[in-house]
Amino acid sequence: MPAISLAKAPQPAATNPAQIRNFCIIAHIDHGKSTLADRMLGITEVVEARNMRAQYLDRMDIERERGITIKSQAVRLPWRSGIDGQEYILNMIDTPGHVDFTYEVSRSLAACEGAVLLVDCAQGIEAQTLANLYLAMENNLTIIPVLNKIDLPNAQPEKFAAELAKLIGCQPEDCLRVSGKTGDGVAELLDQIIAQIPAPTGDANAPARALIFDSVYDAYRGVVTYVRVIDGHLSPREQIQMFSTGVRHEALEVGVISPEPVASKGLGVGEVGYLITGVKDVRQSRVGDTITTYNNPTKTALAGYKDPKPMVFSGLFPLDGADFPVLREALDKLQLNDAALVYEPESSAALGFGFRCGFLGLLHMEIVRERLEREHKLNLISTAPNVVYNVVMDDGKQIRVTNPSEFPDGKVATVFEPIVKSTILAPSEFIGTIMELCQERRGIMLGMDYISEDRVEIRYDLPLAEIVFDFFDQLKSRTKGYASLDYEEKGEAEGNLVKVDILLQAEAVDAFSAIVHRDKAYAYGVMMTGKLRELIPRQQFEVPIQAAIGSRIIARESIRAIRKDVLAKCYGGDISRKRKLLEKQKEGKKRMKMVGRVEVPQEAFVAALATDADIEKVKAARKAGQ
Amino acid sequence: MTLSFYVHIPYCIKRCGYCDFNTYTPAELQDGATLEIVSNDYIDAVLEELNAAPIEEVPTIFFGGGTPSLLPATDLGRVISAIRKRNGLTKDCEITLEANPDSVTGEKLASYLENGFNRISFGMQSAKPHVLATLDRTHNPENVARAVDLARAAGFQSISVDLIYGTPSESLDDWRESVEAALSLDIDHISAYALIVETGTKLAAQIKRGEFEMPDDDLMADMYLLVDQLCEAKGFSWYELSNWSKSGHECRHNIAYWENKNWWGLGPGAHSHIEGKRFWNVKHPSAYKEKVFSKVSPIQESEILSPEQMARESIMLGIRMREGLQISLLEPHQLEILGTYRENGYIQLHEDRVLLTPVGRLIADRIVREITF
Repeated sequence: MPAISLAKAPQPAATNPAQIRNFCIIAHIDHGKSTLADRMLGITEVVEARNMRAQYLDRMDIERERGITIKSQAVRLPWRSGIDGQEYILNMIDTPGHVDFTYEVSRSLAACEGAVLLVDCAQGIEAQTLANLYLAMENNLTIIPVLNKIDLPNAQPEKFAAELAKLIGCQPEDCLRVSGKTGDGVAELLDQIIAQIPAPTGDANAPARALIFDSVYDAYRGVVTYVRVIDGHLSPREQIQMFSTGVRHEALEVGVISPEPVASKGLGVGEVGYLITGVKDVRQSRVGDTITTYNNPTKTALAGYKDPKPMVFSGLFPLDGADFPVLREALDKLQLNDAALVYEPESSAALGFGFRCGFLGLLHMEIVRERLEREHKLNLISTAPNVVYNVVMDDGKQIRVTNPSEFPDGKVATVFEPIVKSTILAPSEFIGTIMELCQERRGIMLGMDYISEDRVEIRYDLPLAEIVFDFFDQLKSRTKGYASLDYEEKGEAEGNLVKVDILLQAEAVDAFSAIVHRDKAYAYGVMMTGKLRELIPRQQFEVPIQAAIGSRIIARESIRAIRKDVLAKCYGGDISRKRKLLEKQKEGKKRMKMVGRVEVPQEAFVAALATDADIEKVKAARKAGQ
Repeated sequence: MTLSFYVHIPYCIKRCGYCDFNTYTPAELQDGATLEIVSNDYIDAVLEELNAAPIEEVPTIFFGGGTPSLLPATDLGRVISAIRKRNGLTKDCEITLEANPDSVTGEKLASYLENGFNRISFGMQSAKPHVLATLDRTHNPENVARAVDLARAAGFQSISVDLIYGTPSESLDDWRESVEAALSLDIDHISAYALIVETGTKLAAQIKRGEFEMPDDDLMADMYLLVDQLCEAKGFSWYELSNWSKSGHECRHNIAYWENKNWWGLGPGAHSHIEGKRFWNVKHPSAYKEKVFSKVSPIQESEILSPEQMARESIMLGIRMREGLQISLLEPHQLEILGTYRENGYIQLHEDRVLLTPVGRLIADRIVREITF
């Protein structure tokens, strides 16, 4: 086999850039990227067979369980080409595979000269893969199209080879065919990576410039920063500097991942590796930033650096109010490893103390929440997610609204909402359905292309708020699960938006306010008042529930006063039973929140605001507490 | 001090579908046995347990069940005699028998009187056959009138009937007919209980299977207000949440419960209250007999009420009564809560007392929960 033992392979800081190939794998979730990566680790023998485990590179439990890669990682693979017999160093840079992490993907791509476009030849390309492919093409990466899972009985390599060829402008026969599972074609793929992808170029004598493409917090070592050296050289014990902030650190350790971290004498032009400075917070080592040296700093940063910007906000509240400090600590800890996570304390009349959190998107939100619950044993309620609105008042004052309850009551001139450019891939039979859905959701069609004889790419501008609501679920259910979606930020647009308040006994309840399109305000009002009527128990007086835009009532319901709440009989003088029953009922009452004079059970808030999973959880907790 | 007695007779010929009382059919107790067999030494056991009770004069005795009228009057009379002999009875001691209207005869009724009973309460439940069928009751509604007349003729001074409202399929008109039927009888007292669907009963299972619908709270509230109105119009005054009577015919035994007096419950599963201590016996008749005959206390569990619990209980119990709660015994925060209820018409103030209005009685538990516990 053309593997080279690590000891004999070209060493970090002493590898000629001409011998280096930096590549990433662009693939959709479950198209087999991790399995292919495992296979590459195996045949290059960087992981001994007996140490091999499935999805070797995916570090977190959540990643492994959900089959997705959240954080990228870079592995140095020595390989002797089967074509020219020369020794090479392949740096495989793993990329996150989800829409929320487009920016991180773009930085990973910027660290590579080429990309393997990996497509499951039983499923064909998916929207997110396509988006990342376009991103790679914009970055002028060499694309190697690869059909995976050729061992599957329902594989259709010809069909999808044609699709890929059309997308990237090659011939169908240029598509490599591999099976990550059996290893078929993997050695050939490595050879082709060497043959097709250009070697990195850079000026070894220029001031150092290295691109941060990932930054991970490690409990023992502090932040581990993954870099690709463009120019110059990084060495251990050297003073390095972050371009964006000017902050200086000492590089305590520089090394490569192979696939465990190995300290090296440094990293030279074109090399990929890690460095450790002892900082404890990934926000001090931001993805996309340029690292240079303090003694000989570069004057020009690498292009493309952006601050992570939260797009979706949601309130996170501990189910048990006493857990608030635990939640705070957990978020603090999580933020060390997640520069995109922002949060600030929030108190809700309904849900108590919690945090308003900003996320890159829905998946990011889910991952954060799941990690909080899993790693910190928290039981959380999250409120319905919302986007950020930019509200311009009549007097020109601008207000950024991340929580509907902060929407100003005064004279609003214009409301701007975030818009995304979305790409939907689906079998052509669903074109009508998809167009209908996008239209309902205030979409503006940008274009449509057939990517093969029966699959289309449909492009729409959509308000992010619509996607955050339940667009993806609707898309999946209306297309029998065949459609895939990707979107990227595309600025703001004016929206005909209003805040709908929900009033109990004429008092607005902050937690139920929502910002919705004017045309949908009535439907929201009817839905919410109806839901609350079912959820709020009858009180000693009639409780009107109203939905209002400003002072205008758009929907109303009412909860009739309670008529009967008494046990008529005491069986044979069993007073204890009666007393205990009242005591128990009183306990239940303690979980009620007083909203004005109205008692609202916590369940009502959860059911009205949160996801189905939350509701199940609250029910289970109640049951366990009984 | 006085001591009331409750005597539990844990036998029925058939268990009704809604009932979750501590009662057993002979076959449940012993395969193929008759009532005579399973109950033969029961009175002996009760008399044995009596030895543990305090020796205080007795103002009321109540025989409940089960179906006390299943046992021969002389058997029940042995208990009355023993209590009389041991504790002494007050001059006007009220001695009540719960009776099934189907099984009484003039002869039997005379025998009950001879043995000391002076008050009888018939389980009427409803005058409508379809309602009785849903309740799984066996009696013929016409037997109630016959039983009441026989009881009066025999010489009972105080006669009561029990009604149940809110049975699935019972309409407001059905209920009106039942109440009017009851009020047309020669009775002195009416109890009207809202049906409670208890888990584990046949009725609960039928509702779960969808054979019947759960009783509706609003309809039950209307039914309660109706029975209150009809009773008052006929001279039956409301005196406790579920009870109405002609003047002087209040059930003093029941009042003893609500006034937190001392009483001793004889028999399996029976509850007692003595000076702030509550305790109750083992539930199964066999376990009860076994303990009592081997001179072991049949008490299964007891609780000593804290002063706080006693205060709560006196509110919980007292608020159900015509006399209501004494304002001076309530805390300012309790009065504040009651203020809202007063505004909404659920309570009224009369002299120094807080009284529930008819609509207030319907939410008595809610009010109690808010001002106590």
